[in-house]
Amino acid sequence: MKLKPTLLSLALAVACGLAQAVTLRVSNQGDVQSMDPHSLNESLQLSFTGNVYESLIERDKKMALTPLLATKWTQQSPTVWRFELRQGVTFHDGSAFNADDVVFTFKRAAGEGSDMKGYTNPIKAVRKVSDFVVDIETTSPYPILPDTLTTLGMMSKKWCEENKAEQPVDRRKGIENTASFKANGTGPFRLKERQPSVRTVLVRNFNYRSKIESNVDEIVFTPIGNDATRVAALLSGETDVMEPVPLQDVERIKGAGNITVLQGPELRTIFLGMDQKRDELLFSSVKGKNPFKDVRVRRAFYQAIDIETIKSRVMRGASVPSALMVGAAVRGYQADMNKRLPYDTEAAKKLLADAGYPNGFEVGMNCPNDRYVNDSAICQAVAANLARIGVKVNLQAETKVSYFPKILRRDTSFYLLGWTPSTVDSHDVLVAIMGTPNDKGQGQFNLGAYSNPKLDELTAKIQSETDDKKRNEMIREAFKIHSDDVGHIPLHQQALAWAYSNKVSLTQLPNNYMNFKWITLKAK
Amino acid sequence: MPAAPGAWARFFDGDVWHSFRSSPMAIGSAVVALVCVFCALFAPWVAPHNPFDLATLELSDSMLPPAWMDGGQAKYLLGTDEQGRDVFSALMYGARISLLIGGASVIVSVLVGVSLGLLAGYAGGKIDAFIMRVCDVMLSFPSILIALLIAGVGRALFPQAHDSLAFGVLILAIALPGWVQYARTVRGSTMVERNKEYVQAARVVGVSPLRIMRRHVLPNVLGPVLVLATIHVATAIQTEATLSFLGVGVSPTSPSLGTFINEGNKQLFSGAWWLVIFPGSMLVLIALSMNLFGDWLRDALNPRLR
Repeated sequence: MKLKPTLLSLALAVACGLAQAVTLRVSNQGDVQSMDPHSLNESLQLSFTGNVYESLIERDKKMALTPLLATKWTQQSPTVWRFELRQGVTFHDGSAFNADDVVFTFKRAAGEGSDMKGYTNPIKAVRKVSDFVVDIETTSPYPILPDTLTTLGMMSKKWCEENKAEQPVDRRKGIENTASFKANGTGPFRLKERQPSVRTVLVRNFNYRSKIESNVDEIVFTPIGNDATRVAALLSGETDVMEPVPLQDVERIKGAGNITVLQGPELRTIFLGMDQKRDELLFSSVKGKNPFKDVRVRRAFYQAIDIETIKSRVMRGASVPSALMVGAAVRGYQADMNKRLPYDTEAAKKLLADAGYPNGFEVGMNCPNDRYVNDSAICQAVAANLARIGVKVNLQAETKVSYFPKILRRDTSFYLLGWTPSTVDSHDVLVAIMGTPNDKGQGQFNLGAYSNPKLDELTAKIQSETDDKKRNEMIREAFKIHSDDVGHIPLHQQALAWAYSNKVSLTQLPNNYMNFKWITLKAK
Repeated sequence: MPAAPGAWARFFDGDVWHSFRSSPMAIGSAVVALVCVFCALFAPWVAPHNPFDLATLELSDSMLPPAWMDGGQAKYLLGTDEQGRDVFSALMYGARISLLIGGASVIVSVLVGVSLGLLAGYAGGKIDAFIMRVCDVMLSFPSILIALLIAGVGRALFPQAHDSLAFGVLILAIALPGWVQYARTVRGSTMVERNKEYVQAARVVGVSPLRIMRRHVLPNVLGPVLVLATIHVATAIQTEATLSFLGVGVSPTSPSLGTFINEGNKQLFSGAWWLVIFPGSMLVLIALSMNLFGDWLRDALNPRLR
């Protein structure tokens, strides 16, 4: 009997709480692949888990570095950095955050299954100095270390050990663990519900150490693959924020009156990669040799692509054709080198004939259909372009859920990929995309295994060079090598397009990260 | 061929032809179905463009409206899609794929279903019980689920399947859940026929069971199967469209009607209605005409309704 009024008042409180809860509904064309922040080095993945797991340093609204879990960082010597950690931070399960967790996180991110090895590779050791001070030693001077730490989510050592999640989820091998479905970070939002490909619900962490800009209590994230359905959901008010906006629908959505379309340049470069390692391509009519090993074939493919028409027709003007693997906002971008090889079908045919394929050949191509803006349409247009020089492309366009594991296993001959240097520095691309793949994380996304030792040498020097001018010269040289080799075929930088109801105010970052803590929702 | 004119004459003299001539619905649906089948079969000669030949696509001609609208071009009667494919030609080529897959999967399910049904009905006993339980299991799953499963497994087994192999998987995926109906129908009729005098006579003379099934029982149970098959072709085309719509169908560079509708669906809000309406209508036309024709055939061949 005594319990009853208590229960009643509790129920009342809960009911009132629900009635007032501010719910933000976000939709995207694809789902976040896992809740594990180290499982996939992909923008949507890191952007989403970044709301739950915080990194040592974050990027503010102007992309500048600001303290997050580290309050201060100083360089002790060219190779040793000292990070002072924020005190009084707790994980969602209530345990305190300290230097042990940082040491553990770096070990986890460098270990088996991790997709973040590219960031941990230059690091030689992470040492606990005291409970709230950590030293990071790099193998050689590494001036951009702080830039590389903005996406590495800090995990709790105790929680990972208790849940047998000491190793990251490995998407390639299809290995999952608790960290795929549960999360325990220090961020302003905590994971409430995870249904892969259906919906993921985050709720506000009311124990968060400081006040955040957002007034949102609950975030419901829904992947909606079909463009028209996603647009319809936004127009009908079923969702509040949606990205990416299908380019063909931008005008229609703007016309609705109560919805804002925010378009901005993105750091991401879309490019094509070719298998240059195998002695025989996996999916091709050419047997006994690999045509992509011949630079003339790669160049022929490059020159066969009519990028301007792809821009005007497929991308409806919302792209910037690129000759470089980095966009204009990335450090180390070389404006004067951004000149594409001319589009020239005849020259391409001649190159193919010189290489010994006067009648072209057949090759399989892999392409996602729900990852980048109009990705599958770009691939079809490329396939049509290549058909004109006699190359028959067997295109397989599929959802990223099956696409990424497949190409990361390198089960591909020819593929389309997009890359955002998360450090906003050319070095990231030089390592992850252009570097010769090794087991230390270099070339992790160089899925065709393009390799040039000279470029690797330069990359190593760029990594430790502190003089900006010299560094820039070396980047130029590396880019030139890559362009001359046609290591990859850059296509364009796509434009970001988000659409959201006028009740919402938010900040769009050029790396396409959506920080929920900067989103506010006006009451109706 | 002395038998042929006789057979034709008997056909034109018979009830079926009479019923056909006196039913406008039957004539109409047969004509529409024939036109669709003709366009599909002879697409390479009838269609103004070849949308599957990627080298001839003009990306700069993409998203043109139908010829009679502002900005439309005469050479693209029903407009173009986002890759510059002529919608009119793509419809014919798409229907070709849809009909091929529909037809082939029906043939496969008829073959499997009829032979298992005959066997079950004629042999009876444990064989009958076993086959019918398998049917029950198949029926307890939604057919689209089985098709998805097979298509998914097929894709996983042959990841970089060429188009022809992908077709094979698709045909199997649609055919497998379909055979059950035939098996059931044929089994029922076979059980009736089995006890008739002519079968018993054949057995007494010492004709082998296989031969009895093939030469004596089969012709007498085939009527309902033909009817079922016409209706099933339409269903199979719709299943193919659904599978392609769900993304486990044919490659986007050689779109079937289903893939085409799926692609067009994305453009719904941007005002490019011709990418959805035309392929959609084509699918409806084919499916509807075949269904109506099948309906009529069922009535015409059913002695009890005459």
